[in-house]
Amino acid sequence: MNELIDLTATQAAERIRAGDVDAAELFEAYRERAAADELNAFTWVAPESPTNGLPANAPLRGVPVAVKDLFCTEGVPSQAGSKILEGYRPPYTATVIAKLSDAGAPLLAKTNQDEFAMGSSNENSAFGPVLNPWDRTRVPGGSSGGSAAAVAAGLAPWAIGTDTGGSIRQPAALCGIVGLKPTYGACSRYGMIAFASSLDQAGPFTRDVTDAALLFRHMVGRDRRDSTSLDYPGEIELPRAEDLKGLRLGVPEDLTGAAGGIEPGVRENFEATIKLAEGLGASIEPCRLPHAPQALSAYYLIAPAEASANLARFDGVRYGLRVDGDKDLIRMYSRTREVGFGAEVKRRIMLGTYALSSGYYDAYYGTAQKVRTKIAEDFRSAFDRFDFIVTPTSPCVAFELGAKLDDPLAMYLNDFLAVPMSLAGIAAISIPSGLSDGLPVGFQLAGPAFSENRLLDAAHALERAIGFDGSRVRV
Amino acid sequence: MNATVEYEPVIGLEIHVQLSTRTKMFCGCELSFGAPPNTRTCPTCLGLPGALPVVNERAIHFGIMIGLALECEIAERSLFHRKNYFYPDLPKGYQISQYDVPLCRGGRLGDVRIHRVHLEEDAAKLNHLGASGRIHGSDRSWVDFNRGGTPLVEIVSEPDIRSSDQAREWLILLRTTLRQLGVSDVDMSQGSLRCDANVSIRPAGASELGTKTELKNMNSFAFVARGIEAEIERQKRLLDAGEPVEQETLHFDPTTGNLTPLRSKEEAHDYRYFPEPDLVPVLATAEMVSAARDALPAELPAERAARFERELGLHADTARLFAFRAELGDYFEQALAAAGGNGARDGGAELEPVELSNWIGPLVERIGSDADPASSNVTPESLAALATMVKAREVSRDAAREVLTLLVQEGGDPRTIVEREGLGAISDDDGGLGELVDQAIAADPDAAEKVRAGNMKAIGPLVGYVMRETKGRADGGEITRLIRERLSN
Repeated sequence: MNELIDLTATQAAERIRAGDVDAAELFEAYRERAAADELNAFTWVAPESPTNGLPANAPLRGVPVAVKDLFCTEGVPSQAGSKILEGYRPPYTATVIAKLSDAGAPLLAKTNQDEFAMGSSNENSAFGPVLNPWDRTRVPGGSSGGSAAAVAAGLAPWAIGTDTGGSIRQPAALCGIVGLKPTYGACSRYGMIAFASSLDQAGPFTRDVTDAALLFRHMVGRDRRDSTSLDYPGEIELPRAEDLKGLRLGVPEDLTGAAGGIEPGVRENFEATIKLAEGLGASIEPCRLPHAPQALSAYYLIAPAEASANLARFDGVRYGLRVDGDKDLIRMYSRTREVGFGAEVKRRIMLGTYALSSGYYDAYYGTAQKVRTKIAEDFRSAFDRFDFIVTPTSPCVAFELGAKLDDPLAMYLNDFLAVPMSLAGIAAISIPSGLSDGLPVGFQLAGPAFSENRLLDAAHALERAIGFDGSRVRV
Repeated sequence: MNATVEYEPVIGLEIHVQLSTRTKMFCGCELSFGAPPNTRTCPTCLGLPGALPVVNERAIHFGIMIGLALECEIAERSLFHRKNYFYPDLPKGYQISQYDVPLCRGGRLGDVRIHRVHLEEDAAKLNHLGASGRIHGSDRSWVDFNRGGTPLVEIVSEPDIRSSDQAREWLILLRTTLRQLGVSDVDMSQGSLRCDANVSIRPAGASELGTKTELKNMNSFAFVARGIEAEIERQKRLLDAGEPVEQETLHFDPTTGNLTPLRSKEEAHDYRYFPEPDLVPVLATAEMVSAARDALPAELPAERAARFERELGLHADTARLFAFRAELGDYFEQALAAAGGNGARDGGAELEPVELSNWIGPLVERIGSDADPASSNVTPESLAALATMVKAREVSRDAAREVLTLLVQEGGDPRTIVEREGLGAISDDDGGLGELVDQAIAADPDAAEKVRAGNMKAIGPLVGYVMRETKGRADGGEITRLIRERLSN
């Protein structure tokens, strides 16, 4: 049994195609592990193996996938980690999940997450916090904490999450796995319960870079149901690079300097990883992203503004939770939202509503959009000189449960290094680069829009050189 | 208190038009009229979590057509925004609409300038259960999402309208224009054309605008005129009494004529508009604009009115009436073509368009003011023939009206009716009319003497005598000429 679990998803897919591994057996192995989960990584686990209906010769045939709760899955609970969607089973399936299903990957489970993807610790979930498999007193990161923990602990071969301002990369880093935030528009958002529409993007959580490439390959593409999705230029290739020869890596001191609040262990690991990259043939130089330090401020205006509108539909009328309003519609609305939304979600709805209000729009939302444009320009100029920008993914390793719950600003700073790429809509990947005090550290590479193939190649070469082994948490 | 102040009304209209596309504005659901409730819905128009909007290209095409017909500037790049407010007919909690970068700007229709034209989605339909059918006093309400997401065009005029009648007439012109474009059913009773009015008044000659109010729920052309008129009067009373007009939204009740406030400025919504992140900007390419231009009809009503006036010499009012009510214009033009053919030659007289046009009114009176003359018993050819006979003095004007009444009742050929009924004109040529004139003078010597003395008003009884005797078959002008001839010194 454990041999099956030790296979990467790519290896498992190959074995199934070759007839060496039985798809139902693989699914059942993971299903049992997921059902016995002690990390609270899941909100729903498939009750039985989908013995029928797997497309023959499908490229991902029989390799089960765990999916963040906010992806709508027909007939399967999809609550985006929120009480307000209690009992909601959508009548349709998100495009990305349907594509994976068409490629042969059956739905294993829905994963726990911060409510409506708002959070960096997975503590803002109506289903309770997820525990980090490296240390169960610590958070897995967020908002896609369940997906990250599930893959790290070997409860799923791979998983899907979403990244709005770091929600794939940061939990991947804190759980010691690979997380790819694709270029905005690479994957359809149709059926993803929205947090911030101009930023949300689906992406893979995997044990290694090859798995990330394989899963991503079957997620991309223009969807006529999502006007912001784009045809991916070219195919997603499985990475083969073994060195970084000729690659120019830029270290943005605006982010990695004192403002970033990077803890010493993480900095040490980052510098060691840079040395490794140099050893693989890359040139490393400092670079400027002068507006990037303002990214977090801009993000916390734009994302809540969009969220305040996206979350207006949860009124208790048509789906999910309804709290009685004693025959008064407005009272029903407000009681439902009072009970249904958690504190962080309410905070962001208030922030966003305020930022869009008459008389404040220009100063807040308008200014934030200008900063966003500047940040995108910063990256464009940087990519004239550099192939990739590299930073630590998170300024810190996994922190203790509850440590930052009462300090939203400290919590938001977790994404200081991840948010600029989200605002610019570019591709970024986090790979595990070692341990600090026994906890995983993530290394982030960011490239221009639609540079995923090059990015995956570079990450693959670096991953080989780092030789990170996360197998000990797959108990 | 100065009751002698003259006020000038300043009126702007905001018109919502449901487009007759096959599918909704942002999803593939088919539009429905009369389908069972909530059967034309999908995750997108129900606002289900995760669903996304996609712009209906046909609606953009229609929007550009409307913009071109209204002589607007078409934006190469326009944006959709979210307009945020809570209401049960709005499942997302926001309406996708256009805000500061609309599809069309500027423009003109007739004598009223257009401020802007933009696209948006309609709300769902609320049905209130209870005696009144209105929200107040109803026990419960249900929502029909079939209508939700129907493409709407909002047309906003500049405040160029100066009277309720002008508002009504302009709205009819707009309806005819849109109907001719084929982009909407434009039926006010079905709600596919809805009109709100912004009304203010100011002392005549003033250039500053007064405080405006917004009138809603005027769901017929007559109600638009009545609602605006009532509001103008209300504002006059306020200003005359030295009281200010409050900026507010008013609901017009057509049964009582009352205007009741819906919401005042203090409760005004802050819609928190921001660009819709689920959609990309609408790019109206040169190809799209030229495709819309190619789809426009050859002549729009405003152009037709100008042509009727300029080329055919119709009175301005008649020209507008015929152009704005296309069925009248079409009928008139067919009759004119007939008159220009055999009609005129047969009678030997050239029928002027304005002379023919004078017969449309009497026809409409007889068939009902809303009826289409093309579906009456009177063919355009018959009307042209009748008008030509009058022109040729083969039948008097009064007798021709009688013929027209018979044509409306039974159809057929006017000449046959004239012969059958013996309504042909009596003239001096066959001797009969001269004798009757002599009899009239003999019968009323007092009147004859006054006429002889130059008092032309006294001629009436003499003419009347002849008319009675001929049962209206004689031509009034001819009778007058003969009387004056005999009584001249």
